[in-house]
Amino acid sequence: MKVLRFILGKEFRQIFRNKSILAMMFMMPLVQLVILPLAMDFDVKSVNISIIDNDHSSYSLKLINKISASGYFKIVNLSANYREAILDIEREKAAIILEIPPHFERNLIREGQQRLGIYADAINGTKANIGSGYLNIVLADFSTALDLNVPPIHAAQAIQGGQIEIRQRSWYNPLEAYKFNIVPAVLVLLLTLIGGFMTALNIVREKEIGTIEQINVTPIKKWQFILGKLIPFWIIGMLIFTIGLLVCFFVYGIYPNGSLLLLYMFAIVYLIAILGFGLLISTYSDNQVQAMFLAFFFMAIFMLMSGFFTAVDSMPQWARIFANAMPVTHFVKVVRMIILKASTFDDVKLEFFYLIGFAVALNGWAIWNYKKTS
Amino acid sequence: MKQLLVFIRKEFYHVFRDQRTLLIMFGLPIVQLVLFGFALSSEVKNIRLVVADYAKDVNSEKLIDKIATSTYLIVERATVTQEQIEKEFKKGEVKGALIIPANFSSDLMHIGKAPVQVITDGSDPNIAKTIVNYLTTIITDFQEQFAPTASTLYPLHIQPEIRMLYNEEGNGSLNFIPGVMALILMIVCTALTSVSIVKEKEMGTMEVLLVSPFKPVFVLIAKAVPYLILSLVNFTLILLLTVFVLDIQIQGNILLLYFESTLFIITCLSLGLLISNVTNSQQTALLISLMGMMLPTLIFTGFLMPLENMPKAFQLISYVIPSRWYYLIVKSVMLKGLGFSFVWKETLVLMCMSTGLLTIALKNFKVRL
Repeated sequence: MKVLRFILGKEFRQIFRNKSILAMMFMMPLVQLVILPLAMDFDVKSVNISIIDNDHSSYSLKLINKISASGYFKIVNLSANYREAILDIEREKAAIILEIPPHFERNLIREGQQRLGIYADAINGTKANIGSGYLNIVLADFSTALDLNVPPIHAAQAIQGGQIEIRQRSWYNPLEAYKFNIVPAVLVLLLTLIGGFMTALNIVREKEIGTIEQINVTPIKKWQFILGKLIPFWIIGMLIFTIGLLVCFFVYGIYPNGSLLLLYMFAIVYLIAILGFGLLISTYSDNQVQAMFLAFFFMAIFMLMSGFFTAVDSMPQWARIFANAMPVTHFVKVVRMIILKASTFDDVKLEFFYLIGFAVALNGWAIWNYKKTS
Repeated sequence: MKQLLVFIRKEFYHVFRDQRTLLIMFGLPIVQLVLFGFALSSEVKNIRLVVADYAKDVNSEKLIDKIATSTYLIVERATVTQEQIEKEFKKGEVKGALIIPANFSSDLMHIGKAPVQVITDGSDPNIAKTIVNYLTTIITDFQEQFAPTASTLYPLHIQPEIRMLYNEEGNGSLNFIPGVMALILMIVCTALTSVSIVKEKEMGTMEVLLVSPFKPVFVLIAKAVPYLILSLVNFTLILLLTVFVLDIQIQGNILLLYFESTLFIITCLSLGLLISNVTNSQQTALLISLMGMMLPTLIFTGFLMPLENMPKAFQLISYVIPSRWYYLIVKSVMLKGLGFSFVWKETLVLMCMSTGLLTIALKNFKVRL
């Protein structure tokens, strides 16, 4: 025990000595918690549209007015022909083109039917779908409103089957603001970055400078050395998590609806797992560059595949299995559940055992792979 | 000139000696591109929806059947109360609930209006919104089928024909490919160059290089050249992967794409040189170039989050992020098949950035340690 205390003393001194890294560790949470939620807004608010009016009739003018009044669209250009309109899409000025064919009004009145061309820039699938969806709504509205001969309420229609009205309510987040989704996840990101990166670098550094040899020849046991490395970062990690929670509350007014104790219980176990992961990386690399690259490689995967940005459920089957094999995925899910939905231990116990499993497996593997004799 | 070649050769030896780093440099982009290319998608799929049918009549059955055929929603039938829904939401598997009230059909027939209730789990707004969107589309469609007279009642019928440009098959990950390319190149190039220089500083060999008759500026150039070449090889590998594994065709001129990528790589290398100037330890250099750059690149490139929704200040920041411009270029050239006349502005920005960064880096390069 005494040995461990000395190692801890050494580790803390080393951490506090490097002021720039220390500052970075504590600044990062604040910066990330402030920037990320501000930046992440996936709403499609207005779609830029370029309209080709080949008809120039009163109907086509009405339609254009209707589109601009709908609030969904911003008309960037009234183009003369398709070639001019496609330029707007190619220059990223417009996301969608509406082509009103010649004799639009005449055909509509004579034949009662008219086709319209909609061209959407589908590289960004969401925007294309939402944009053309909005346009469909406006068009349907337009065609019903145009016909003056149709009485406002159809007696016939009411009898034959009427309208189904969707009444929607969104629980836990009535305004469907994105910050409620992002902020809890940023907390996870913080722990992951601190835990994973810092430990990965720390041991490799000793390898690179050669001081690990000195420790190896002392009677310090394997577990003492590793615990000595883990505990300081564990304490710092928990500190940062607490700071993060406070920032959440004071900046965004988001606080855990569920049990704070449960949240901390998860954070404790998760941090141990991710520290073990950092350790594992460091036992497999020879120098800091390798460790950093490996850590970065996994961090990028953790961030992009854990459900942080895009939902895990939407991924293909194999990717979901892959995502579930990462501790981050479970923790992101749980943090959101506890903070937003007040889930109880009963709801998340499976995740808890997963995380314990990860913690044991990763640390065990790291200790097994760390050899005192090089 | 001959001296420079000798030094470049020395740098290549350094690179090839460290095989693990080399493996990481090439393995990392491959794995990430394939992983993200297949897994990331802007589409929301496989959403579990509980349908509570209190009506249990022909119409509600028909409606539920119609919803169940949707490939995006996984429908579970259960007569649940509000408390049970809340319980399900807290477990986190079910994302939404559709409740069809008992007098659904009679309301529909007699009053002409029948409400259905949709409750969504708002903790993920994206999914919540998508559920409502999907259901609205399905229900609108259902109504039309249900009352086929509607189209005859409205004699004026406008039928839109929608064409999805550049992406006929609706590949949801298309948007991410250029973004991931920019991310990988940016991080790998910047980190490797900055580290290779700082390493010489840390080991003390920089001193040896500086006292040699070799011009100090050439030290930097000799450092950058191998990484430029390796990055281009890396880029080729990425392109081959996108074409043959991800099955995305390159629409535009491949030479133009190479030219733009070279420019982007040079910009990143310059940034790496600049970072190496201001740092003295590998650890700090890596922290800045990997950790410090990962988030800005992810956020401000514009492939994950729409830039136009961000606050004005953020949009201004995004202008100084090189990967943002490269992303636009790759999107235009690779996916849309556009020529140089469409990307000259972005190219100019990248050129200014690279010359600017390079000048600052070379000017700040300390000849004395």
